[in-house]
Amino acid sequence: MDRLALLGRAGLDKLAAFGRSSMILFQSLIAKPQPVMMFPLLIQQIYFVGVLSLVIIVVSGLFIGMVLGLQGYTILVDYGSEQAVGQMVALSLVRELAPVVTALLFAGRAGSALTAEIGLMKATEQLSSLEMIGVDPLRRIIAPRFWAGFICLPILAAIFAIVGIYGGAIVSIDWLGIYDGSFWANMQNSVDFGEDVVNGLIKAIVFGFVVTWIAVFQGYDCIPTSEGISQATTKTVVYSSLAVLSLDFILTAVMFGEL
Amino acid sequence: MNLFDDVIIDIQKLSFSRGERPIYSDVDIKIPRGKITAIMGPSGTGKTTLLRLIGGQLRPESGSILIDDQNVPELSRGDLFKIRERMGMLFQSGALFTDMSVFENVAFPLRVHTDLPEDMIRDIVLMKLQAVGLRGANTLMPSELSGGMARRVALARAISLDPDIVMYDEPFTGQDPIAMGVLVNLIRHLNQSLGHTSIIVSHDIQETLGIADYIYLIADASVIAHGTPEELKQVDSPQVRQFMHGLPDGPVPFHFPAGDYSDDLLQGGL
Amino acid sequence: MRMRILEISVGAFILAGILALIGLALNVSGLSMSNAGDTYTVYARFENIGGLTPRSKVTMSGVTIGKVTNIDLDTDQLVARVTMEINGDVDFLSIDSSASILTAGLLGEKYIGISVGAEEEYLGSGDYIEDTQSALVLEDLVGKFLFNEVSE
Ligand SMILES: Nc1ncnc2c1ncn2[C@@H]1O[C@H](COP(=O)(O)OP(=O)(O)OP(=O)(O)O)[C@@H](O)[C@H]1O
Ligand SMILES: [Mg+2]
Repeated sequence: MDRLALLGRAGLDKLAAFGRSSMILFQSLIAKPQPVMMFPLLIQQIYFVGVLSLVIIVVSGLFIGMVLGLQGYTILVDYGSEQAVGQMVALSLVRELAPVVTALLFAGRAGSALTAEIGLMKATEQLSSLEMIGVDPLRRIIAPRFWAGFICLPILAAIFAIVGIYGGAIVSIDWLGIYDGSFWANMQNSVDFGEDVVNGLIKAIVFGFVVTWIAVFQGYDCIPTSEGISQATTKTVVYSSLAVLSLDFILTAVMFGEL
Repeated sequence: MNLFDDVIIDIQKLSFSRGERPIYSDVDIKIPRGKITAIMGPSGTGKTTLLRLIGGQLRPESGSILIDDQNVPELSRGDLFKIRERMGMLFQSGALFTDMSVFENVAFPLRVHTDLPEDMIRDIVLMKLQAVGLRGANTLMPSELSGGMARRVALARAISLDPDIVMYDEPFTGQDPIAMGVLVNLIRHLNQSLGHTSIIVSHDIQETLGIADYIYLIADASVIAHGTPEELKQVDSPQVRQFMHGLPDGPVPFHFPAGDYSDDLLQGGL
Repeated sequence: MRMRILEISVGAFILAGILALIGLALNVSGLSMSNAGDTYTVYARFENIGGLTPRSKVTMSGVTIGKVTNIDLDTDQLVARVTMEINGDVDFLSIDSSASILTAGLLGEKYIGISVGAEEEYLGSGDYIEDTQSALVLEDLVGKFLFNEVSE
């Protein structure tokens, strides 16, 4: 009986947290934005969230693309259709790996940093002191970070995909000796802009929204101690990863399921 | 003339608790306009909590907090941010923005709430920093300041907009005797020349008695005594005497509410 | 100065994102501006589509001239009906053209190959290609082969 009550309370706690996070989302985004003041802050956050994540995204994209090229070749060569390796690399990157891996890396690199930064601001009463100066921290601190994440993830995913595809091309064409004309032609014939590229981008946008939302909320809602912040940072990475992977399944089912 | 002819903050029947523990129950406090009011009491009684209640960061369970007839707990989010522009608060921890220099910290309220030209902002900021003796430190980052310096920068920031109401949460802690004297003079000066209403939370009895016009003594979730410094010195209640003279033994509990000490010890041992 | 470096790098970042997107559009998905939107629809009925899917390409002499957009069952004749979108600039398919379902490589993807006939009249939007040849189904072939062996 006690266990049941505990379970019920945990469920209610989660529900309450969800309610609070929705309110934060609403208040920081929907309630009267102040574009003039916000723009420089947004630029700054795009720098921290996006530009600084670029290195890890480019390097990971390159290696994943190269691995896909190698693996794809060894699988396809058995069927005599190694020409299709370009198609395989491109489709798996554009549809799945670019949005998903980018979102996971983003959660680890930028999401955790956002949580820790906001959590520390809370712990050192910087958020309170903003409030007392008459500045809404949701608008001043949360909103620009949120928008930055939302804008950066699709950009990072697109860069990831293109770098990965060129990585695959280097391996397939330069090392494995696949004729470059058929590599690109096969790819171009099978990748559809409207279906594959746009759907991949939609995934990236959804993931950007979710990961940043989780990161920002965990920071804002954390227990303002060093332990609380470290827990919140961990939660950001864990929850974001789970959310990204499960949402990816749902989105894939919706987008490509009827095929 | 009576101090309470002109009241700027009128707290009535305020109740607030943390979990099961009442911090305030049915407390009435009036803050006179343009005067220095001190809030004193043992550590952990809820002095900081009171300032947060006035600033609208916490909501009371019941009672009203009227600032010029606006009831803080019932204000909308937007109105709350409006009314906070009239307040300055020095946080116990300083709470400087760590990503900005000292100069930018003090300039921040001016930048967000005024359209002043850059050179005027510069003049005001340097003036405020000069007042707390830190004009030379204006290019430093908060991480490069000592605790006492950080608190003085925070004070400069709290008064940079010349707010109507300034709340100082323990402004004197961590200051050397000279800085302490400077701060006491500064607070008195701000109050007299600019007509700020000041609320000071402090444990430094001598300094506080020296500058306060009126004092509230808080313990056990209620106001145990209030009056001008002279009146308080005359009060005969043992609680008040103990606090005013800093005696370790007496009716004022130094300990956080707890069960019997020996019981606790025994439980651990068995 | 620091703000300026920041602004420049953010600008470069956004630009890189846009370029990546353009790269994905042009290089990877082979989107070309010319034929976008300008297409016409023709239909063809097949006994058996054998693994043809929407988005399969439609070719003529190996050159892609369109794609399959839909496959459904023609409930009157009880055969598959394939809807194709042919690029607008390919407006010279005669009405007696034939369509066959072909396979790229032994086990590769299915696509439609069209070869033109001799008539002067051309297919327009909504027309049917009457002369069709269904997919070669490997099992059928193998079955026939075995059957011939046994009956000999
Ligand atoms: N976030 C919180 N959650 C639960 N209890 C709290 C919280 N903040 C403060 N308290 C409790 O409220 C009481 C009053 O705290 P407050 O900070 O107002 O004390 P204070 O009078 O300012 O003490 P000090 O002089 O030491 O600064 C404390 O006993 C503390 O245990
Ligand atoms: Mg305190």
